[in-house]
Amino acid sequence: MAHEIIERNRGLDGVVLVGIQRGGVWLAKALGAEIVRIEDRESGHASVPVGSVDASLYRDDIGLRPVAPGSVSELEFDIDGVTVVLVDDVLFTGRTVRAALDAIADYGRPRAVQLAVLIDRGHRELPIRPDYVGKNLPTSGDESVSVTSDGVVIS
Amino acid sequence: MTSVEQRQSAGPRGSRSLLSIDELGTDGVFRILDLADHMVEVNRRPNPKVPALRGKTVCNVFFEDSTRTRLSFETAAKRLSADTMTFSVAQSSLNKGESLRDTIETIAAMGVDAFVIRHGSSGAPWMVDKWTQASVINAGDGWHAHPTQALLDAYTVRTTLNRTGGLEGLRIAIVGDVKHSRVARSTSAVFRLLGADVTLVAPRTLLPPVVDEPTSENLDALIDDVDVLYLLRMQSERMNEALVPSLREYTTRFGLTPQRAGRLKQNALVMHPGPMNRGVEIAVDPAELPGAVITQQVSNGIAVRMAVLFELLGSGHGSADTLEGSSE
Repeated sequence: MAHEIIERNRGLDGVVLVGIQRGGVWLAKALGAEIVRIEDRESGHASVPVGSVDASLYRDDIGLRPVAPGSVSELEFDIDGVTVVLVDDVLFTGRTVRAALDAIADYGRPRAVQLAVLIDRGHRELPIRPDYVGKNLPTSGDESVSVTSDGVVIS
Repeated sequence: MTSVEQRQSAGPRGSRSLLSIDELGTDGVFRILDLADHMVEVNRRPNPKVPALRGKTVCNVFFEDSTRTRLSFETAAKRLSADTMTFSVAQSSLNKGESLRDTIETIAAMGVDAFVIRHGSSGAPWMVDKWTQASVINAGDGWHAHPTQALLDAYTVRTTLNRTGGLEGLRIAIVGDVKHSRVARSTSAVFRLLGADVTLVAPRTLLPPVVDEPTSENLDALIDDVDVLYLLRMQSERMNEALVPSLREYTTRFGLTPQRAGRLKQNALVMHPGPMNRGVEIAVDPAELPGAVITQQVSNGIAVRMAVLFELLGSGHGSADTLEGSSE
């Protein structure tokens, strides 16, 4: 995925990674580190800003289920005119991504927003499609997929 | 209203209303303080507004004067995209003899999701809570309780002193007219709930007959050691009741004078719920006190009230597991 992100964007110019709270945050950091490692070999000094966004105040199911916000959003850099790569662990209905897109829009106007997910488990309820997928994982709607840095568990 | 039915039929997590710190409980306090961190982040943005409570209506019902609390709630509701209505008693049918209950039921029939109520009689918000399906937030009732003030005080101490886990071992003195102060009651309750040691400091005439906290009539004996000095407003109408001999004497014994300010620990906080009586309980310019966090209290008030509104109106009350399960 790190290679794909570099290739698609022809380098790191104007690219930032933004992890979606909570599962996407560590993944964004890991991807950022890997991208820097790859680019460092080419150029010698590479860096990519990594932030996080909490989408819980933008969800469409507020009031329907409990809210357990992750950590506070950390977007210390300007996102006007840059390419934001949203990062999450599991892509399911697409509703979290929609909420995150709204959240991002409140911070500025990126040139483009791309979506990177480790697992795409299907069952989309919105017209949302990932740009980078670690693995497609066919599941049934009532299964639950959890991702940690140790691996992926379906239950 | 389906949203009300859903809330009613839901599980035990969280409550529909915020009436007092005791009813909120330790878990509830922590939940709101954690949520307030998110709201502070929202408030820092160039456009401090989120769509979280779109379509909800919050009605401010203030039977007593208030500037900061009412504006703070109104701002908080607007930053969460809720609609706000303000009921001002002066122009209302209460002057035509309508009862409080009829007034509340009339407003509720217009489709209100939350009442923010301030009333001169202790216990009024509990009555309102019985009459309506909407959430009720106590914004101060009589001498009794003022839970959102208490929460913003706790949040201010927690963030300035970096005490995310609680306030264990902090020495806090609440100084002034404790007897007539709902702020003292609620703020002391939340500080103690979070583990702080609270001492009430006041002349005996301004202490309630029964208190849970240790009390003192000697501010000078404590001032060197306190981590937080919480000054209450000296209500001048108390003078007429002859509870203190004179404001000057009050300042001499219980006011924050330049001498006392000099004795405070270096990182001690000075707090005040406002409005301040300069020259009475605070005889120094707070702008020159390094530990004064009085303006932070005001700005934190908005974030904490956003957290309260979101907790009451925005959180569903189903099982928390469903959230963990769908990591999407």
